[in-house]
Amino acid sequence: MSKKIGDVILDVNNISLSFGGVKALTDISFNVREHEIRAIIGPNGAGKSSMLNCINGVYTPQQGSISFKGQTFSHMDSHQVASMGIARTFQNLALFKGMSVIDNIMTGRNLRIKSNIFMQALRLGAAEREELQHREFVEHIIDFLEIQAYRKTPVGQLPYGLQKRVDLGRALAMEPKVLLLDEPMAGMNLEEKQDMSRFVLDINDEYGTTVVLIEHDMGVVMDISDRVVVLDYGKKIGDGTPNEVRSNPEVISAYLGTGH
Amino acid sequence: MAFFLETLLGGLMAGMLYSLVALGFVLIFKASGVFNFAQGAMVLFAALAMARFAEWIPQWTGIDSKLLANLLAFVLASAIMWAVAWLIEYLALRHLVNQEGTTLLMATLGISYFLDGLGQSLFGSNIYKIDIGMPKEPIMVFEGWLEGGMLINKEDLYAAMIAAVLVAGLTLFFQKTATGRALRAVADDHQAAQSIGIPLNRIWVIVWTVAGVVALVAGMIWGSKLGVQFSLTTVALRALPVVILGGLTSVPGAIIGGLIIGVGEKLSEVFLGPYVGGGIEIWFAYVLALVFLLFRPQGLFGEKIIDRV
Repeated sequence: MSKKIGDVILDVNNISLSFGGVKALTDISFNVREHEIRAIIGPNGAGKSSMLNCINGVYTPQQGSISFKGQTFSHMDSHQVASMGIARTFQNLALFKGMSVIDNIMTGRNLRIKSNIFMQALRLGAAEREELQHREFVEHIIDFLEIQAYRKTPVGQLPYGLQKRVDLGRALAMEPKVLLLDEPMAGMNLEEKQDMSRFVLDINDEYGTTVVLIEHDMGVVMDISDRVVVLDYGKKIGDGTPNEVRSNPEVISAYLGTGH
Repeated sequence: MAFFLETLLGGLMAGMLYSLVALGFVLIFKASGVFNFAQGAMVLFAALAMARFAEWIPQWTGIDSKLLANLLAFVLASAIMWAVAWLIEYLALRHLVNQEGTTLLMATLGISYFLDGLGQSLFGSNIYKIDIGMPKEPIMVFEGWLEGGMLINKEDLYAAMIAAVLVAGLTLFFQKTATGRALRAVADDHQAAQSIGIPLNRIWVIVWTVAGVVALVAGMIWGSKLGVQFSLTTVALRALPVVILGGLTSVPGAIIGGLIIGVGEKLSEVFLGPYVGGGIEIWFAYVLALVFLLFRPQGLFGEKIIDRV
């Protein structure tokens, strides 16, 4: 592959997270380089989503730190994370179900809207122009994700595969530096998985967005990611290119089990 | 016929006011999942502020125009409702994020007693007048069409118009502005809203302020009809059946629920009253709410309650 992978943009250092006595993550470190597609894999309950939630500021790890673009944080705050340019999608869709596709994706522009509430309420020219600009940007995303036909449909009425796209669209509307995808292909059929893989690759390619993705489908992971972190029972057991990880004996035993 | 229409219309007007109070409940419930027991206290608080400012402003500034004084009083009272919203968020809600609904309900119960007390110690506890210049005299309409014509209270007509404008304004604000979109987003899913950088705290202040201004308008209209007094808080109890009927999450539901209850109360009082001895108006709404709770707990327009087991 000829794409340019840059410096480390996101660096996770010795993160430990526990809920009461249950250790969800133990001393996890890994980094993500600019423009790469980084996968986090592992069996159920390995701590993949917990890891994402630490980066996203939903959980506060008891130990360790996370650096983003050179700034180090002991805990991330959801709002701050979003304004620094980290967007995410959700494993169990968290869309605004009553709102139309367009409105859902428009909410992703929220942080970029400058006009204040009074200007919006009175529909002043500047606020209107701004709204139109954002709308144009959102239309591009809708074209890109090929959901033009469903613009005005309330997302609650869309089939699952399309809802996943809207979720992705909302995250894209933030123009993120880093995109966190929590099982973007879970519950999809083969065709939908192929579409989604194509979108992820295109986003990475065309916009240079760094992607961190959790995925269960090994085929997809091995195909599209540049490097893979493997977690098992909250510990890191492998880290490297898809080929390195595939031949790592610890990873094989975690997935297939070993004869003891 | 004319008498029936008059009763119907009277019911619609009364219902409009129930709708306004119910609207306050719905706004806050939608955006934060809190059943705000303090809505009634907010109505009293806002109405007291408005009544007293309208009285004080001419004294402080020597403004003669009643319209100007009322306008200033309205703006000041709105500002106070904003301050109240900010304090409630800062002192209570922010610390209760992700708590059980019951905990939040209890918190608003506390807030309601606090506001009752604070309002009366700041603004006094007598009965005050709000005089926004609403005409009191009734008018006759449809004289050519109906025998004897129809008697309409002009005041009711104005009140209904104010309420309609408010509801239209709110709908536009929610559907057509970026902030409105953010509000709807928070109402749908807190976590997702946070992930795209919508600040929950600020949204809650906005919602409680909007609910406060709605309370102010409701309090102003009731106050100008009946005077501002402690019994205004019980108006909130009248609005409770309205939200059960209309659905806790539906703005149109609050409006239509209010109208149904207003009309139902008046019609049943007038036409059934003679047979069962009257007083139906007092309990009609609650019985209707009870029936709804039994057969359609989500209300007419509310989201169906599905519990995952």
